[in-house]
Amino acid sequence: MTTLLINNAHLIDPANNVDRQADIYISRGKIETIAEANTLASTGKEIDHHIDASGLIACPGLVDCCARLREPGDENKATIATETRAASHAGITTLCCPPDTDPAIDEPAVVKLIHQQARHAGYSHVVTLGALTAGLKGKHLSEMAALSEAGCVGLSNARHPIENTLILKRTFAYAATFNLRVFIEPNEYSLSVGGCAHEGNVASRLGLQGIPRSAETVAIASAIPLIKETGVSVHFGRLSTAEAVTMIGRAKHDQLPITADVSAHQLYLTDDNLGHFNSACHVQPPLRTQYDQDALKQGVQNGIIDAICSDHQPHEQDAKQAPFASTEPGISALESFLPLALNLTRDGIDIHTIIRAITATPAHILGLNYGQLAPGAVADICLFDANERWQFDTEKMLSCGRNTPFNGWHFQGKVKYTLVKGKLVGN
Amino acid sequence: MVNKASNQTANIQLDNNGQLKHFLTTEGLSSEILTQILDTAESFANINDQRVKKVPLLRGKTIVNLFFEASTRTRTTFELAAKRLSADILNINISTSSTSKGETLLDTLQNIQAMQCDMFVVRHSDSGAAYFIASHVAPNISVINAGDGSHAHPTQAMLDMFTIRRNKGADFSRLRIAIVGDILHSRVARSQIHALNILNTGEVRVIAPRTLLPVDIEDMGVNIYNRLETGIKDADVVIMLRLQKERMQGAFLPSEQEYYRLYGLTSSRLKAARKDVIVMHPGPINRGVEIDSSVADGSHSVILNQVSYGISVRMAVMTMTLGSNQILPEQPHAQSPASNHGTRQS
Repeated sequence: MTTLLINNAHLIDPANNVDRQADIYISRGKIETIAEANTLASTGKEIDHHIDASGLIACPGLVDCCARLREPGDENKATIATETRAASHAGITTLCCPPDTDPAIDEPAVVKLIHQQARHAGYSHVVTLGALTAGLKGKHLSEMAALSEAGCVGLSNARHPIENTLILKRTFAYAATFNLRVFIEPNEYSLSVGGCAHEGNVASRLGLQGIPRSAETVAIASAIPLIKETGVSVHFGRLSTAEAVTMIGRAKHDQLPITADVSAHQLYLTDDNLGHFNSACHVQPPLRTQYDQDALKQGVQNGIIDAICSDHQPHEQDAKQAPFASTEPGISALESFLPLALNLTRDGIDIHTIIRAITATPAHILGLNYGQLAPGAVADICLFDANERWQFDTEKMLSCGRNTPFNGWHFQGKVKYTLVKGKLVGN
Repeated sequence: MVNKASNQTANIQLDNNGQLKHFLTTEGLSSEILTQILDTAESFANINDQRVKKVPLLRGKTIVNLFFEASTRTRTTFELAAKRLSADILNINISTSSTSKGETLLDTLQNIQAMQCDMFVVRHSDSGAAYFIASHVAPNISVINAGDGSHAHPTQAMLDMFTIRRNKGADFSRLRIAIVGDILHSRVARSQIHALNILNTGEVRVIAPRTLLPVDIEDMGVNIYNRLETGIKDADVVIMLRLQKERMQGAFLPSEQEYYRLYGLTSSRLKAARKDVIVMHPGPINRGVEIDSSVADGSHSVILNQVSYGISVRMAVMTMTLGSNQILPEQPHAQSPASNHGTRQS
């Protein structure tokens, strides 16, 4: 097993309250020693690789709690191999894959297939959410215990509807039996079906069917009493509205076992970016307004929103080549994830809060021991230059999906090295 | 250092010289361009009244009516407009079933484009379809939107402006105009609202129950009225919209009867408007649903005039987008069609 020394890095590890210059020595895929900067090279340790990290920040490898890798079922869009490679070059060392693959992740064989493909590819770790209901059809319980034993870190129905509130309650109660966390993308289907843009003046002007904020808040409002009654832990993902932040804040104040995330693009785009039917901005939940965006940013700052995810959804070119409503929603988001997150410092959010929200906290939500850099921890590390300015260029993307509204944007903060289990995977 | 994403608001309807290249929506156009459309249509209106109704302005040009959604009157008036301009016209009706056979909209487009045509007149059930097509066609092709989803129907809106101008004069700032009915699903209403505001209309009102009003519609520059009686008070122009029967299914309305009782335009209700009010309707009308026959056929109605003006307006838009409008109908022999492109710069 190789050894590696990271020399003189600016170590930021929010989970352990560390922010200092340091050397990191890695052996057998784990962090063996963290020491004062520029001290380890001369101690006579065996060093196979050496990284001079002067001027770079070393943080835990990013943990993305929602990324679609399209395998199995949509290999024409992307594969686990292509997307984990793109992720590792973008500093993301762990990806959590929701269950809406084809077939859905509702039996152990699919879980094993995904984990095997990820191991075979050899880039970032991939963990999975199992289906909350059989075939994601919203009618019958899935075999949650079996899915958990096969390696699923939680359960979700992705954006598929649950037939009624009683079935939702039973899924909560059954999941709580095994201490499994349920991941919800809050969406009241009857209010969002057919819609493709935020219900507001932009959708009204463009004649697009709107998705009201209530599609999100009604779903949260109906889940909260069920969480109280069943005691299940719930993670609300991809929040898009100001009211949702308020509701989650209130429920947390009431000590409910809940957490929440927001996708990075919701913190930078609004429905104004739809312009004249820009399909790159067609996402679900839809881009909302400045009012919502301000509340989401504040939610990240004050911790009501625990994590930021990429909500990566790679598409083939044709999926976005149609009139707006007929295009498929989603952004290929892995490669803009870190720079968008880092840019939150310009909104007055400190870098520790940001890094925590893309490393330690999502790892904790997923029940993983990643996301921190203490001795003994798995050596998943992202090394980036926080000052380097660069222009995002779809031509240079590694993801199979080049569907992004960020082409041409000027970013600050560039990944230089990524280590997964102590192995250099992207530089 | 993050940029705001480009909004793609650059108006692709205009060419480098600010002339109309495509006609996709009335939104964002100048009052000069809208007035130019109306003036050009005025010059064609005379031709349409003559015994020989044909001018050679678009001789040698090929226009394709590309209809992905059924239409009789709009397609027919575009066809007549093209024929009176001496263009060759091809009607292609593409039912949704043939696109579901696997050919994408882009494939369909490229196939027809390969037939060397000059203009697409497009109707499609998706909002934004005309924009999508205009941004993917070869640079020498003009696109006219003949209705896309609930987004826009700009030639209908312009023939309505033409009708209003003929009846009420060119100064729209003195006018109070009410649009009644299913604003939510209406591409016609959206295009009318933009055009009326660009032409500096005194007041634009929309009248409908809340289930048929788009959210934040007041941001488009209209005043909202929920009751017909108050909404049409002192109106100079009342525009009725067609009520689709399927609106009862989506729980937008309880029944046609209740709609007619509350929003149907009858002679007695019309008395609240100004004495010289004109009543318009983009057609086809539902008698006894949104409008009473006594109004539709009465002295205030200009509904049939709208249809005949539709031809002149479409002729105007076709010649302007193909850069051939500079040759006035009085001297149609001045240039051959091949050299007409050059006149756009003049």
